[in-house]
Amino acid sequence: MTLWLVSMVLFIGSALLGGINYVVTVLNLRTKGMSMTRLPLTVWAFTITAILGILSFPVLFAAALLLLFDRSFGTSFYLSDIYINGAPLHYSGGSPILFQHLFWFLGHPEVYIVLLPALGLASEIISTQSRKPIFGYKAMIGSMLVIAFLSFVVWGHHMFITGMNPFLGSVFVFTTLLVAIPSAVKVFNYLATLWKANIVYSPAILFAIGLVSFFISGGLTGIILGDSALDINVHDTYFVVAHFHIVMGSSAIFGMFAGIYHWFPRMFGRMMNRKLGYLHFWLTILSVYGTFFPMHFIGLAGVPRRYYANTAYEGFSGIININSLISVFAILGAFAQLIFVINFFYSMYRGKKAVQNPWKSNTLEWTAPVEHVHGNWPGEIPTVYRWPYDYGKPGAEDDFIPQTVPYSQTKSSNLEGEE
Amino acid sequence: MISLLGWIVFILAVITIVRTVRILELVSILGGDKEEVTDGDNKFNAWMMMIFLFVCLGGMTYFTLDAKKYLLPVAASKHGVITDNLMNINFLLIIFVFFVTQILLFYFAFRYKYKKGEKAYFYPVNHKLEFIWTIIPTIVLGAMIFYGLKVWNGITAPAPKNAMIIEVYGKQFDWTARYAGGDNVLGKSNFKLITDENPLGVDRNDPASADDKITRELHLPVNTPILFLFHSRDVIHSAYFPHLRAQMNCVPGMTTQFFVEPTITTDSMRLITKNPKFDYVLICNKICGVAHYNMKMGMVIEPAIDFMRWYKDQPLVFPPAAPAVPAAAGDSAKAVASK
Repeated sequence: MTLWLVSMVLFIGSALLGGINYVVTVLNLRTKGMSMTRLPLTVWAFTITAILGILSFPVLFAAALLLLFDRSFGTSFYLSDIYINGAPLHYSGGSPILFQHLFWFLGHPEVYIVLLPALGLASEIISTQSRKPIFGYKAMIGSMLVIAFLSFVVWGHHMFITGMNPFLGSVFVFTTLLVAIPSAVKVFNYLATLWKANIVYSPAILFAIGLVSFFISGGLTGIILGDSALDINVHDTYFVVAHFHIVMGSSAIFGMFAGIYHWFPRMFGRMMNRKLGYLHFWLTILSVYGTFFPMHFIGLAGVPRRYYANTAYEGFSGIININSLISVFAILGAFAQLIFVINFFYSMYRGKKAVQNPWKSNTLEWTAPVEHVHGNWPGEIPTVYRWPYDYGKPGAEDDFIPQTVPYSQTKSSNLEGEE
Repeated sequence: MISLLGWIVFILAVITIVRTVRILELVSILGGDKEEVTDGDNKFNAWMMMIFLFVCLGGMTYFTLDAKKYLLPVAASKHGVITDNLMNINFLLIIFVFFVTQILLFYFAFRYKYKKGEKAYFYPVNHKLEFIWTIIPTIVLGAMIFYGLKVWNGITAPAPKNAMIIEVYGKQFDWTARYAGGDNVLGKSNFKLITDENPLGVDRNDPASADDKITRELHLPVNTPILFLFHSRDVIHSAYFPHLRAQMNCVPGMTTQFFVEPTITTDSMRLITKNPKFDYVLICNKICGVAHYNMKMGMVIEPAIDFMRWYKDQPLVFPPAAPAVPAAAGDSAKAVASK
């Protein structure tokens, strides 16, 4: 346990350094012409994530430090009035709820640290593969910033029934349900991007669409859990397990898969096998819904999470049917991941050779040569002239215009004010 | 042997997939695929989107209707009925939004697959649209927040003065209840006073403790306001009464509370659920150690008369001193002494 705390301290230190690196790079080392409003949404998402990490991890650091003091130096930050193993402990005056506050002050932003990069990847991929600009680029940035801000003032929704002052609970209900607004804006923007699009079905966009689907499904049940009066009865039940495995777990993992399929040619100079990608996607989305959707009902039946057996109370015997169904889908889902692993390593060495810009994408990374060279570009680094989402622009020769193409070369497609 | 066979099957499966990929790859190269993604791929995935939408929504609807029988029965407490209503309204709202958005998502994905030579509709922004879909969720959520907080404030409002006070005491891995007795005041307790005979550490010198009673089963009189006070001896537990829609953590060093008014007796609930073996239960819902899953206490809700009859027979925390030496024991003691 003490070793674990020490490792947490090291981990937090490295997370901080990594976060600072991201933020400083994005702020200071953008290429010529790359203003903040010409950054791809992926980079925006990574930057906001890094800021969240920098601001929230130090609190976990403090929590871990105080815990170390309690364990090793006889302080009582977190413990009081405890009788265990036949004897009272000396701790007096501390509160375990303090640890929960400190933990969740990190823990909630952490949810968005996991999810925001996935949303950024999905924005980029959905726009590229839809051959259509992302709808509401600035609203997308704005909603990510709002989500990031709100993520710092909602931690108490994990603690409605800890005995926290009910008024404080009301405040957290208010802030928590506000998160639904920027989230709804993001979902509607994704839908508007897909509307009248020209979708090229690479495996990446399949996973990005899956992400949006999970983001909706899991986000909606969050409205119930964020409502303290309703949380009383579903707190710590399978309903919570279902909620966060869909909205945070599966969404984030689907975003990661989307990113891997999309940028694999950039990483290894070869393509992943797309047919296996399709198989991987359809099996996975089916098994994710098959696994986690039924869990809502187990939760509504009042079954606690973290029971290793439901045999002690006769009232829970009925749910064994649902549990069997979940197991079938979970095993199917696990096998589907085997397909991905094989595809990944096979393609790394024997996949089809990639061309420079296989997805006809606008962003800078695809202007670098397939062969890896030091500094990514031989010679000078490219200059940026436009935002990254000029897809399907009327009047343009092709359905995409890379960021490195100046407006002077695209007279026929320029909009008002673009020259 | 079986595990060896398992490994062989596993390895053969991996090899099969790898060879299949190779063949697919060669076929695609021989077929002269120029594009990364072919028309066939687009058609396949677009149709799969439609099929998946129907299979998924159909499956979910079927499952939901079927799984109704597993859900908790009607709430057995006054506030539970109110939270259940709030829950139902919330569910109506989110199910509606779920259907609309998922159908749009998968329908767009089906409808707008790639067509060669066509361009997508260049539509980067529309402030009016954005305003509408920001303001509508804001209004709807505002209403939900208002409604939810009203219910929450009702539940957490101070309990009425006449509420019957019961302490629920959690320790690894069982529950104990202490009733406050005729004075409706619990005697003070302190973890330093805990002994085998006094498992809750009740203070003998506090006069309020004289009529306190300790029980290993929870009996509640129906339609009576009850204020639970929660304590823990060792780690955080959570007292969860699923049928009362009540839950509160038990935290060492802290007193937490929850006010309920049970409305349905065990006997009535047996009729409602058509299950003659139905019993209310208090379970632990915060992982507390190896026997967490088994940390429970039976609970009976009964008419006040039955409750009083049961309560009369429960032992006091500090039973009055027994008569010095029972006669028979005294005789045998004498016999031992005379030898």
